[in-house]
Order: sequence, then structure tokens, then C-alpha cells
Amino acid sequence: MTDTKGPDRVATADEIGLSAREAAAPPPDTAPPRTAAQAAPPRDAAQADPPRTAAQAALPRDSASWARKVDRLQVDRRSGVRGTNVAGRRLTGPVQGFGKMWQKTYQMDAGSQITPEQAIATWREHFPEFWPKGNRFAGALTGINPGDVALLDLSIGGGVKLSTGVFVLYADAESFTLMTPQGHMFAGWITFSAEREGDTTTVQAQVLMRANDPLYEIAMTLGGHRKEDKFWAATLTALGRRLGLPDPRVETRSTCVDSKRQWRHSRNVWHNSMVRSVLQTISAPLVGLSRLARGMNSRTNG
Amino acid sequence: MNAPAITMDVRRVGETTAVVDIRGEVTAACEPVLMSAYEAAGGTATSRLVLNFGGLEYMNSGGIGMLVTLLVRANRQRQQLAAYGLSEHYREIFELTRLDEAITIYDSEESALHGVVR
Repeated sequence: MTDTKGPDRVATADEIGLSAREAAAPPPDTAPPRTAAQAAPPRDAAQADPPRTAAQAALPRDSASWARKVDRLQVDRRSGVRGTNVAGRRLTGPVQGFGKMWQKTYQMDAGSQITPEQAIATWREHFPEFWPKGNRFAGALTGINPGDVALLDLSIGGGVKLSTGVFVLYADAESFTLMTPQGHMFAGWITFSAEREGDTTTVQAQVLMRANDPLYEIAMTLGGHRKEDKFWAATLTALGRRLGLPDPRVETRSTCVDSKRQWRHSRNVWHNSMVRSVLQTISAPLVGLSRLARGMNSRTNG
Repeated sequence: MNAPAITMDVRRVGETTAVVDIRGEVTAACEPVLMSAYEAAGGTATSRLVLNFGGLEYMNSGGIGMLVTLLVRANRQRQQLAAYGLSEHYREIFELTRLDEAITIYDSEESALHGVVR
């Protein structure tokens, strides 16, 4: 583990507006050395660990951080989002995507007064609040936990919202990862993490992705990548402000990991949520009229 | 970045196959170690690279991402990637992330070497 030298003074929770749960994450310097068992704490690091049973002790210490295996996503209705294009979909990683494979890293220096645990606790607890205006993230009320499915409405212009979702693949005290379903703009995952480097904490979002199908690959090339870069830079900036940083600055790095396109996955376009969202928006009035007519018929017949 | 708590030893098995014995924690921090092992195991003569996860103690999502990067490099060299020694827990993670569709999982070293699916 890297040696760290702490700041002269650590800001109080009130000063940087942290909740009780976020403030419970250990501050720099005052935190005792981490044992092996503490290195990957359970879902809610702020809660006391229950005693581990013999069966639990046999499991690796990352077991509580990973989601259970799912074949197809199941979701409940959530208010404020359309909630389509997620139920019944399979998860897609970079292996299942179509386009070039990119690793994009958005990094912010969070200063010396915030620990990685505090930064991640804040991010997990208030994740939707940091999203740019016009986009909706409807997750579980308890924050970000392994196995959760969140529904998204993303602004794509022309009054159309792209309805999709994400799955919480992994979450611990220092990082969490979201994975995308079929039909999402990209196949892959986004890992949000924080790490102590010297006497400062670095917070980052890292996307490992391929555009899910040929249509998305074209869209990403024609400005989609630039839009995504702005999205995550804005998100990190909002997080930085929440953490009390006076002037949050985000550094962006993009690397093309694989320039080959996986043509065998071109048929992913069948699930394309952008096309489906447009069709759902156009057909919404007709669907509404049809439901109204069916309701009137049943009342007349009844 | 924290020093990785991992060792990766490379064994050559025949002229075209290499086994990488992984012991410790697979995280994004161990990418240099994995890539060094890949270089040691690689070369144009190697057509099959077998990852032995029998000594795996911990893996986070950064570790899975690193395996995807390794997979891309192996594909570029037209090399097959195989794995064995995964506990039930880690086998499920491979299935959840659908990495098992690109890295074939075997029950034993013998079956991994010969490409005989369980």
C-alpha cells in the first residue's frame, strides 16, 4: 500500500455537506491500517459487520461486492421514467459489443481532505443527483448496491428520450461498476473509483466499451463520444462541488484498445433502444387511444 | 497506485501452449504484472494461453476489465485463451460478465491444455 501523508486539517462533515453515512467513512490519517478483511468491506461500509458464519468465511472477501448471477434483467416500474427496453434483456460486456473498443478515463483531483471511502460513499448515495440536466436515473432508493437495476431516460435531442438501464455489477467502499443491457448505446461497464495517491485523493470514472451495434457506432463517431465525454466530465464536476471542491477540474483520456469491429455482433441492432425509444415516442398517442378505446368497450359491454 | 498483491508464473507446456499460474489479487493494479506474464508466455509460437486461477484470492471489477484487455491482445495474435481452477464464485462472475463466452472455462489443467470441454 502506498504511504500517505495527511493534510494539516480535515474538513468536518458539516463543512463539506456529507450525510451521516458518508461521514462515517474513515477520514485520512485517522483511519487505522486496513486488515485483509477490511480491505473489501460489505455493501454498506458504514454499517457494522455482522459476525461471519463458517459458510461465509469460506467465501472470498469480494463475495458481497459482486452481484448474483442473472440471465435476464427483471425490473419494477419506477416513477419519472418510461422504463422500457430493459426487462428481459441480457447484460452485455465489451466481448458482446460491435464497435471499436475504447477505454475512457475521466479523472478529478479531490484534494487532501476527502478520503476515497467518503468520495465513493457520497457518489453511491447521491448518484442520480450528479447527472447533467435532462437525464434521469431511477435506481433503488437505498443508493447503488450489487444486483440493483436502474432505469434511465437519456436526452438525445428532438424531444426524444432514450430509455434504457444499467445493472450494478460490483460495489465496495472504494469503487462500483455499472454494466449495460442489450440495446444500450454501448456494451461494457463503467467503473467509478477513488484512490489515495500521496496526500491527495483521485476520483475517476472509467468506461470500457464498444458501441453495441452499427447504428450506435455511427452515432458515436458523429459526436456521440464527444457528448459522452461531456456527460461524465459534468457528472464528476457536480460530484466535486458536492465534495466541497472550489474548482473541480476533470481530465479526460481516451484510448482505442481494439480498432477492430466485431461484425458477428452487428445483429445487436435488433435491440437498439434508440430506435425503439423513437418508435415508442411516435406510437405513444396511438397506444393511449387504443387503451382508451378498449376501456370504453369493456365498460359498454360490461 | 497501490502495489499489486499478486504473482504470475509462466510455464511452457509443449511448443505452442503456456500456462500462467495466478496467485493473489486480480485488480486493475496488477495489469503490468499480467502483461509481463503475457509477454513471457507469448511469442508467435504460442497459440494457446491457459490461465490457472487456482490461487485466486480476490478479484474486483477492475480485474475483470484487465482480463478483457488481455483478451484483445490475445485475439490480435490469434491466440486462444482458456481458464481453469476457478471456484464456483469466480466461475459465476465470468458467466455474469459473459467473459466465459470468450475465455473457455475448464475443470482441470489437463482438459484446458487439450481443449476438452467439461
